[in-house]
Amino acid sequence: MSADIILRKGLSIPISGKADLSISSADSSDNFVVYPSDFHSVVPKMLLKEGEAVLQGQPIFYSKANPQIKFVSPVSGTISNIERGAKRRILAIEIFSNRKSDKIKHKVVEPNNLNSEDIKKKLLESGCWPFIKQRPYDVIADPNSTPKSIFISGFSTAPLAANVSFILSSKREDFQNGINVLAMLAPKVHLSVDASSDSFLAEVSNAEVHHIKGRHPAGNVGVQIHHIDPINAGETVWVVGPVDVARIGAFFSTGIFDASQMIALVGPVVKSPKYFKSHIGAAVAPLLKQAGINSNGQIRVINGDSLSGKAIHANGNLGFYNNTLTVLAEGNRYRMFGWLPFTGSKIFSMSRTSLSWLLPKRKYALDTNMNGEERALVVTGEMEQVLPMDIFPMQLLKECMVENIEKMEGLGIYEVAPEDFALVDYASTSKIEAQAIIREALDLMIKEVG
Amino acid sequence: MNFIRERIDVIKKPFGKGQRWERFAPAVNAFDTFLFVPNHTTQKGAHIRDGVDLKRTMVTVIIALLPAFIYGVYNTGYQYFIQSGLAFNFWDAMLHGALKIMPMVAVSYGVGLAIEFAFAVYRGHEVNEGYLVTGLLVPMIMPVDIPLWMVGLSVAFAVFVAKEAFGGTGMNILNPALTARAFAFFAYPTYMSGNKVWVSEATNIDGISGETVLGSLAAGNDVSYSMFDMFVGAIPGSIAETSTLWVLVGAAILIFTGVGSWRIMVGGVLGAAVTAFLFNIWGANALMSFDWINHLIVGGFAFGVVFMATDPVSAAQTTKGKWVYGLLVGVFCILIRVFNPAYPEGVMLAILLMNVFAPTIDHYVVEGNIKRRKKRLVKATLTPAT
Repeated sequence: MSADIILRKGLSIPISGKADLSISSADSSDNFVVYPSDFHSVVPKMLLKEGEAVLQGQPIFYSKANPQIKFVSPVSGTISNIERGAKRRILAIEIFSNRKSDKIKHKVVEPNNLNSEDIKKKLLESGCWPFIKQRPYDVIADPNSTPKSIFISGFSTAPLAANVSFILSSKREDFQNGINVLAMLAPKVHLSVDASSDSFLAEVSNAEVHHIKGRHPAGNVGVQIHHIDPINAGETVWVVGPVDVARIGAFFSTGIFDASQMIALVGPVVKSPKYFKSHIGAAVAPLLKQAGINSNGQIRVINGDSLSGKAIHANGNLGFYNNTLTVLAEGNRYRMFGWLPFTGSKIFSMSRTSLSWLLPKRKYALDTNMNGEERALVVTGEMEQVLPMDIFPMQLLKECMVENIEKMEGLGIYEVAPEDFALVDYASTSKIEAQAIIREALDLMIKEVG
Repeated sequence: MNFIRERIDVIKKPFGKGQRWERFAPAVNAFDTFLFVPNHTTQKGAHIRDGVDLKRTMVTVIIALLPAFIYGVYNTGYQYFIQSGLAFNFWDAMLHGALKIMPMVAVSYGVGLAIEFAFAVYRGHEVNEGYLVTGLLVPMIMPVDIPLWMVGLSVAFAVFVAKEAFGGTGMNILNPALTARAFAFFAYPTYMSGNKVWVSEATNIDGISGETVLGSLAAGNDVSYSMFDMFVGAIPGSIAETSTLWVLVGAAILIFTGVGSWRIMVGGVLGAAVTAFLFNIWGANALMSFDWINHLIVGGFAFGVVFMATDPVSAAQTTKGKWVYGLLVGVFCILIRVFNPAYPEGVMLAILLMNVFAPTIDHYVVEGNIKRRKKRLVKATLTPAT
């Protein structure tokens, strides 16, 4: 298929442990969890107390800043525990499933008969609203804002990320329904598909389809927005994950909050990486047990991909948004003289200071070692190699560090999300934490500019 | 390996958090991390990281410097024996050179690292590896007979004033190694220029003298070296600058590994070649009519453009900026050579000058990006989306 956007910069990290295109199911555990930290900048206000019964799709908390935005339970059962951290911040809401799948059923309405306000209301009531995020700032969309367009990236280029077309292959109708719903909310819906593979996603109607070719982060919606219809100061764009589009579609055709989650369990230490039929908030331990873990040492389980995902405990639970569950070996080991150039070819490097470039087809069992220590910014040009945007990454990061809002605006802070800088984290010789710097800068912008 | 690791952990114990010698931890860590890549794991951000780090990058630069350095050691002995008319073989030349140069290297690293360690402890950050390269560069660009205390003083000046005063590694405006040379050049001109400093022992033995090619041209003398000699580097000059051949080998390593910016190197060569070619046509003095290609292979030009101008901290940092910066380094190098008889070699001053202007070049490149974004905003507000 021909591509209308070709991105030449970027990097596909050759990490081993890609999921086979086969679907398994694992024993489900009774223990489900919702992590409020999945919803950045949301301060949760509880609607239910510990010990209270809850139905699937019933709101359990709402956003303090915007009470319309409700977050619902993925299962029916009882709230068994509310885990709090410092300053009584809620870390996790544990729900003990009663295995009955009692659900809240909303009235089914044909979306074409609704106006955009009604659709917003439906999404807010049903708990589907958190699937809609906004740029700038990469937070849950403000229902009172009007987006200039909605973007959906129909593929992911992140290392070992779940294959979107595979996950959605049984949900074509839901996906189309979801697009139809979203098309009522904004003047335009953009859907990008991978130009290097044929996907049914390219045939959906009611959206403008873009064919994009390139290495990671070509699949990042922020990069796509930048090349299709960049965000100017004062503008808002909404973004929805492709699987969540199908979830929204399913809600409008059944009236039920669809909490089923197809998950790709991947990573170098997973014995048989594959897809699992699971559930939002389900415990990951049964999945890990079923697929098998091949490691003597400590492991790190990550909700999401190995670049931007969030580490959880090995007895933790799936997050709200992720379709990928990555398992890596912890790299807490010393390597004697490991810094010498042209040694350690088992660790991939995009620079030619290691010999890994000699083996372009090799897959690497990467772990979580830093491979060095943080240093002052010295090397230039490497960040630009992995950011296919008309943005000066190092200059932007430096302005973010000194909190110069005017310069940050000028250099394009509204166009980026932390995940777009994930490869900068990865590639940086000085081991700087670019994603954290961008996230803090975006939070500052929310506070100062709004 | 485990035994060594355990020993180190025992030695490091009093330097740990909350322990007695905690504030000196950076100094101990600097040694430890040279033996072992630490066991640190990613705590936030990307969970996996590239195999490259600053140590590896800096050591790659040192590897690229070694061919020119080793030839410099040989050439020091070679020039001495040729001038003094004694019989010698390869190893005699190497030995003579090594006896002269290794003490300079030791002084440069000793003084520089001592200051770097002191600042790391004082500021509470880890020791950055940048000085590993600077420390080797400094002796490589000095005349061979410079007294060791001058090397030490120049290094101290460069590290204090050019680097630490600006905040340390990554923040300096000027290239520290060139600052050390410029300091020595202006503070002790008799040891840094003329016809008595470029060959080993020339200051002590009357029979030995040696002028650099550019020096003799500036003095109105003819050049007695063949183009081959100039290219290979069998000519008097600063210790490791003479051999364009081995500098090119270093350039190949830097470009291939991606550690050095090829844009700056190509820009520099282009700028110098075109400028020198234009002066060839004009031809008003000996240096103007000096063949443009010879301009590229004599003096410190090749060495400066490959190893000094490409210092990523003091060079321009944007892609476009690197081209402009490189070109101007070349242009100014030839301009200074041709128009200023007091400084027959212009590359040091050209690079230092462009170091000062690099942030300005970047400023205009970055402003271009900001203006594009502003224009887009204006356009968007004038034509609302349909």
